[in-house]
Amino acid sequence: MIRFSEVYKRYPNQHEALSGLSFELDKGEMAFLTGHSGAGKSTLLKLIALIERSSHGQVWVNNQNLTRLTKWKVPYYRRKIGLVFQDHNLLHDRTVFDNVALPLIIAGENHREIGRRVRAALDKVGLLGKERSLPIALSGGEQQRVGIARAVVNRPPVLLADEPTGNLDPDLSQEIMHLFEQFNQVGVTVFIASHDLELINRMSHRQIKLNQGRLA
Amino acid sequence: MLKLNLHNYFLRHLQVMLYSLGQLWRTPAATTMTVLVIGIALALPAGLYVLLKNVEQVSSQWEEASQISLFLHHDTPDQRGKQLAEQLLTWPDINTVHYQSAKDSLAEFRQLSGLDSLLDTLPDNPLPPVIIIQPEAGQHENEALHSLLDRLQSMQEVELAKLDMEWLQRLRSINEAGERGISILAILLSLSVLLVIGNTIRLAILNRQTEIRVIKLVGGTNAFVRRPFLYTGFWYGLLGGAIAWLTLLLTLLFISGPVNRLAALYDSQFTLNWLGGQMFIALPLFGLVLGVLGAWLAVGRHLNEIEPT
Repeated sequence: MIRFSEVYKRYPNQHEALSGLSFELDKGEMAFLTGHSGAGKSTLLKLIALIERSSHGQVWVNNQNLTRLTKWKVPYYRRKIGLVFQDHNLLHDRTVFDNVALPLIIAGENHREIGRRVRAALDKVGLLGKERSLPIALSGGEQQRVGIARAVVNRPPVLLADEPTGNLDPDLSQEIMHLFEQFNQVGVTVFIASHDLELINRMSHRQIKLNQGRLA
Repeated sequence: MLKLNLHNYFLRHLQVMLYSLGQLWRTPAATTMTVLVIGIALALPAGLYVLLKNVEQVSSQWEEASQISLFLHHDTPDQRGKQLAEQLLTWPDINTVHYQSAKDSLAEFRQLSGLDSLLDTLPDNPLPPVIIIQPEAGQHENEALHSLLDRLQSMQEVELAKLDMEWLQRLRSINEAGERGISILAILLSLSVLLVIGNTIRLAILNRQTEIRVIKLVGGTNAFVRRPFLYTGFWYGLLGGAIAWLTLLLTLLFISGPVNRLAALYDSQFTLNWLGGQMFIALPLFGLVLGVLGAWLAVGRHLNEIEPT
């Protein structure tokens, strides 16, 4: 599902974030991406989400060569990737419903379908009663669950998360991770960058460890 | 399926259109100021244009009234003058003639000037007999008129044939200069409307950078990001155009009283025509085009700079 082949990422300031990285993630697999800060975790996820492009080497996602993807095709590619961030990236002037509905509105779904799928996604993350709330009125854990609902609402085959539990206490973190497992159980490929080793080690999933831009 | 997509597409446009209007509605002070600036900038050239059209209309009325004064030689006897007048009346390009003897001229002058006592001191009548000619309608084109003038001038009894139209030509030249001036003013003010809208949209874009980044992250195309801003420009332009129309209406209403009184004093049928219908379509339409164009330019410049990081 996700394949890196000899991928280098060099920033304009000559800092090399990834150096010749190769690995593969199967369809329906769930894996953690670990390593200390600055090891290249975020860069790796950004390459998959096409927020950045590799300096060298090939990235394949869902049988698509990302190096060959033209700029105007990027939005359509991103619709097939669910993204979850540490700081949620929610729009604070819109209700929970409108936040979750955003990917569907962008994709041009019709009104009824949007309502149905947003409620299904919110139900899945346990926030069905908070549709009309503004994100600011929710706790950190709830906000993160809104972010997850938005990431899965258009049923992407790949779900990426960058430190999704970074700001949460252990109980909430566990809850969020369970949520990701549930999506993985219905066939979604899940790839989570995290440095919460204690939590990760308690879960039996593959770990990809980075050290200075290489597999450790 | 296609029909459904098309239906969704228009529905979405309508939603964005109303959403943009709602956004403007939520910041009434800022919106009002922007719309007023646009309105005034559009009303100014439109008002001058209306004024110019009215002057043109008046001058065309006066053109109908253009006449030729034939000053005869001093010593032409009344009899010969009257004969000449009757002869001229048979010319196809002359409509009416009026013979005014030297005595009549003096009487008229006496009445108009009020220089009674002074005129009495003159040894003899200094005024010549005059034939006033109204050219046939349709003879007002410059060339035909001038050929008639030349033929009249070459007559033996005629001292001077004068076309009372030079002032009209001057007016026409002034009009033409005015027209060009207004065109330039209209272009400059349209440009400033474009810049005002562009700048307003630019600020709106900068205010919503976070939103734009999130939209791009979840797969929003440039077109999707651009759309609400284009509709914002659309509303600014449309409302600005409507304000311009209203400004024009009120201004002309305000000056129409005195102008119509003035026209009545000149015994003219003239009434101020403010081209209301034409402007009602033209101003909002023009504003709308400028609005969308200005927004397009602003979004085009900034859209690519705002990418998720």
